[in-house]
Amino acid sequence: MNTQITIAGVTFKNPVMTASGTFGSGMEYSEFVDLNQLGAVVTKGVANVPWPGNPTPRVAEVYGGMLNAIGLQNPGIDMLMERDIPFLKQYDTNIIVNVCGKTVEDYVEVVERLGDEQSVAMLEINVSCPNVKEGAIAFGQKAEALFQITQEVKKHARQPVIMKLSPNVTDITEMARAAEAAGADALSLINTLTGMKIDIHRRTFALANKTGGMSGPAIKPVAVRMVYQTAKAVKIPIIGMGGIGSAEDAVEFILAGASAVSIGAMNFVNPYVTTEVVRGIEDYMKEYHVENLTELIGAVI
Amino acid sequence: MGINMKQKQTAVILSQKEAAPRIYDMWIKTNLAEEAKPGQFLCIYPKDKSTLLPRPISICEVGEDRKSLRIVYRAAGRGTEEFSKYQEGDSIDILGNLGNGFPVEEAQGKKIFLMGGGIGVPPILQLAKEAKGDKRIIVGYRDSHTFLREDLERYGKVYIATEDGSVGTKGNVMNAVEENGLDADLIYACGPMPMLRAVKAYAEEHGIKAYISLEEHMACGVGACLGCVVKTKEIDHHSNVHNARICTDGPVFEAADVLI
Repeated sequence: MNTQITIAGVTFKNPVMTASGTFGSGMEYSEFVDLNQLGAVVTKGVANVPWPGNPTPRVAEVYGGMLNAIGLQNPGIDMLMERDIPFLKQYDTNIIVNVCGKTVEDYVEVVERLGDEQSVAMLEINVSCPNVKEGAIAFGQKAEALFQITQEVKKHARQPVIMKLSPNVTDITEMARAAEAAGADALSLINTLTGMKIDIHRRTFALANKTGGMSGPAIKPVAVRMVYQTAKAVKIPIIGMGGIGSAEDAVEFILAGASAVSIGAMNFVNPYVTTEVVRGIEDYMKEYHVENLTELIGAVI
Repeated sequence: MGINMKQKQTAVILSQKEAAPRIYDMWIKTNLAEEAKPGQFLCIYPKDKSTLLPRPISICEVGEDRKSLRIVYRAAGRGTEEFSKYQEGDSIDILGNLGNGFPVEEAQGKKIFLMGGGIGVPPILQLAKEAKGDKRIIVGYRDSHTFLREDLERYGKVYIATEDGSVGTKGNVMNAVEENGLDADLIYACGPMPMLRAVKAYAEEHGIKAYISLEEHMACGVGACLGCVVKTKEIDHHSNVHNARICTDGPVFEAADVLI
């Protein structure tokens, strides 16, 4: 039984990764799960300089999920290179660094810095986080802007580039095709769905930012649908995510067309979920006599 | 269990009772008690999975045999309402031990205030048990439902303030300090933000250190998501910005180090 997959020339021992922003750089959850067992750790979005993020409250529970408006707080690329990459290098797992920025130049600066770092297998470009006021929200929601940033990043990146798509668009396939045409090596989707919660007793917004990104099980059907539509629209590999909390969820995304999956918010509900999903996928393959995981990719009829 | 190793587990409830209107007092059988420190907290997961996130609740007391933990909490929302219905023998899903806890060893040989306000009173109990210093336990409540008063009285002199004046000083813990002419070399405090701001100001005025326990809406509880931050005076060594994580770098901070 072989759970290996290959994306843009990078081999993963299994299709299970962590969703950026939910797993730090692996330090906190390494106390619960053996990072050596994961296909990859995708780090929190990093910018060229440290970002403090949004005022609190930054998180709010909603039915079957949560909203977050962290605002991309991150320690900046210098600290990521100094501390986080050396930490992750200790483990036998692929390192994928998520990159955020306010302008194309910001992204390029980080991409170039990371180009020298051999231990980073791939870059995931975050143009879809809906929480940042300037710049970033525009890239992921306009096909032309997405095309341009993808093209610019590809000019400077040494590692293969994953474009992480926003679901807050009219037509995900239009975005997917724009990123593919601009040279993206892979796509990851979905990021969070923009939502809002109001506290009726205080008559205030639950989040200081007013809106936030929704994640968790309640968004899974939207995510599966978008992965399916995207898989029909492009040829490049897809990393699927959105509410995955079990191996069953993960297999759904793979059948829809994802070559790999990321687990995010459900780490907060079950800190052991990532490795449980790795085991669970193997169990599914045993049950259905699937020799190679690749047989399942896009296998929905 | 390794020192300070965190674990999510299904534990068993030894007992639960209502300590005051909507305030519940629960003992949980768990090996997390072995290394629990005053000021640390547990994250408790509702069984109803439409409410996914864990609820952070302070540890009130550690059982003498180090095999059980006590929590005293308010049934304030959907998660805590669910917990309030649990009975002896029921299972409960918990993650612990979280947070840094109070630096209790600093109390040695000092005159200390142990201050709790409302639902901030429970973590003061284990602190009162362990702190070796000249203790003044000062607790504030809304009304005559002075839960945990008898427990606290076993460990030091207790001064009470109630907002409605039914017991002790009318007002809050700062009023009780003034009315009783109390002073201290060091303060430990847990309670609502206005109280902690007053404690911070008092400590600054008197040139003494105050350790305050903060709270903020949390998601992961373990320091990964960056949801529960507090603004810091200096750049935090982990975040590299003026933010610290209440669940991991706290919940206890030196009042002078945080901007509240």
